Amino acid sequence: MLKLEHLSKTYADGTQALSDINLSVRKGEIVALIGGSGCGKTTLLRLVAGLDRASTGAIGLDGESIREPHPAVGIVFQEPRLLPWLTVSDNIAFGLTHLNAAERRARVSHALEKIGLREHAQRWPRDLSGGQQQRVAIARAFVTHPKVLLLDEPFSALDAFTRASLHEHLLSLWGETRPTILLVTHDVHEAVALADRAIVMQPKPGRIFDELPLALSRPRDRAAPSFEAAARRVLAALDESLDPARRSPQRERDREAAALWW
Amino acid sequence: MTGQGTIHSASQGWSSPQEAAALAAPRLAGKRRAFNGRVLLGLFLPVLAALLWEGAVQAGLAQGRLVPPPSRILATLWGLAQTGELWVHVAVTLWRILAGFAIGAAAGIVFGAISGSSESLRRLFDPTLQALRAIPSIAWVPLFILWLGIFEASKVALIAVGVFFPVYLGIASAILSVDRKLVEVGRVFRLSRIGLARRILLPAVLPEAVIALRSGLGLGFMFVVAAEFMGASEGLGYLLIDGQQMGKPDQILAAIIAFALLGKAADSLIVLLTRPLVRWQDVARERL
Repeated sequence: MLKLEHLSKTYADGTQALSDINLSVRKGEIVALIGGSGCGKTTLLRLVAGLDRASTGAIGLDGESIREPHPAVGIVFQEPRLLPWLTVSDNIAFGLTHLNAAERRARVSHALEKIGLREHAQRWPRDLSGGQQQRVAIARAFVTHPKVLLLDEPFSALDAFTRASLHEHLLSLWGETRPTILLVTHDVHEAVALADRAIVMQPKPGRIFDELPLALSRPRDRAAPSFEAAARRVLAALDESLDPARRSPQRERDREAAALWW
Repeated sequence: MTGQGTIHSASQGWSSPQEAAALAAPRLAGKRRAFNGRVLLGLFLPVLAALLWEGAVQAGLAQGRLVPPPSRILATLWGLAQTGELWVHVAVTLWRILAGFAIGAAAGIVFGAISGSSESLRRLFDPTLQALRAIPSIAWVPLFILWLGIFEASKVALIAVGVFFPVYLGIASAILSVDRKLVEVGRVFRLSRIGLARRILLPAVLPEAVIALRSGLGLGFMFVVAAEFMGASEGLGYLLIDGQQMGKPDQILAAIIAFALLGKAADSLIVLLTRPLVRWQDVARERL
């Protein structure tokens, strides 16, 4: 269980990036954080990753408090951030130095198989396309078997087709170890395709506007009416969050509507 | 380090044709032919000039006393090589450069690493080193002679000073310009300070470190001449001075050619030795 309590972050220049974030994420749940730019999604992720410190509030993972990078928390950044001097397989093995060589090899070759880059194992990152590089970055995060995996708009720089195929790769990796996933995105369809729950955030200061359960069965069919309906609901909540006249969501009505849908 | 920037941007543009060439062997051969063509094109002007001058002297159009024709320069070089004199001078000069380069580069790497990795130590050392850098290195010569005598020590010291500054600057700026995003990857995987230095910083600075060493070596060659001008009985710099005093321009030019060949060979040696370390980087640097 990942628990964020009364989390807020004010930068040194006085900008309040996050205000009073409360969120619990069940083990193995996939939660999408969605919102317009500047609503503090990335800041929130960096706090959970332990890369930045919260101004107030606490982050707990199974009762353990997170203030700095934690071995059970992995992150995939917006850019692949592969180390250009390591081959693809060495990049994937980057976080596995604590394991013995055999175990390391086994995990890396399994991950390479999963992401379909086995024949590229000994190549340099510069030889890969953007989508392939991002697959390697995802594999690098997965092979350490984290309890929580943070994804910071990892597919935003890719075309729609590559993105859909990466969603499949991600879900197939997730299916093996079932880590809790916090996914930051600005793509409504991506949220609906991947997440169990969408958290809609609102800017200035960044805060949670609304939560929408996405109880669709997996694997999800993007053409199904239920998928489209869920996407519309998330979009509507997103629109509302950007409308300054509305300060509080109509959660109850949404819940009822959701109940009617399934 | 604007030069470095251009190398990077060029490298990205070249990665895919390079990849394609690696996959297709026949195209690689084609590339090599193109490379030979380029080398021949580069040789065209100097060879043409040499041939014209040779012809002009042979035909009696020019006397060639102060500007000897290529044949006479080569004959002098050959003669020096035959008597073994050339090798003595080359060995002495190379030894001086090697000693000065080793000391200067080692100090440059150590201080560059210190300046690059700790802000407080940078504030402590860097202003002093920058002030020292502003002094023309040759200005140290009288002091070095007073302190270290007129023999080898003062010469090696001068070369070491010349090598130190480009290496120091290159290493420090390379460490400071390491991509923050890659450092963050190290933090996510909870690397220790040493782990971060070994697994992220060191490989990241290698390409720029090689460039720093190459420019340091270039300055080493420059300062060995200055050092040998200030009084030496052996070395290529001595051949230059001797040629001037004895009125032998062919000997001067022979020594200059020897310098050019040695400098190029030493530079290529650094490139060759470090290529395995930076082969992940790119092919653009092979063009330099």
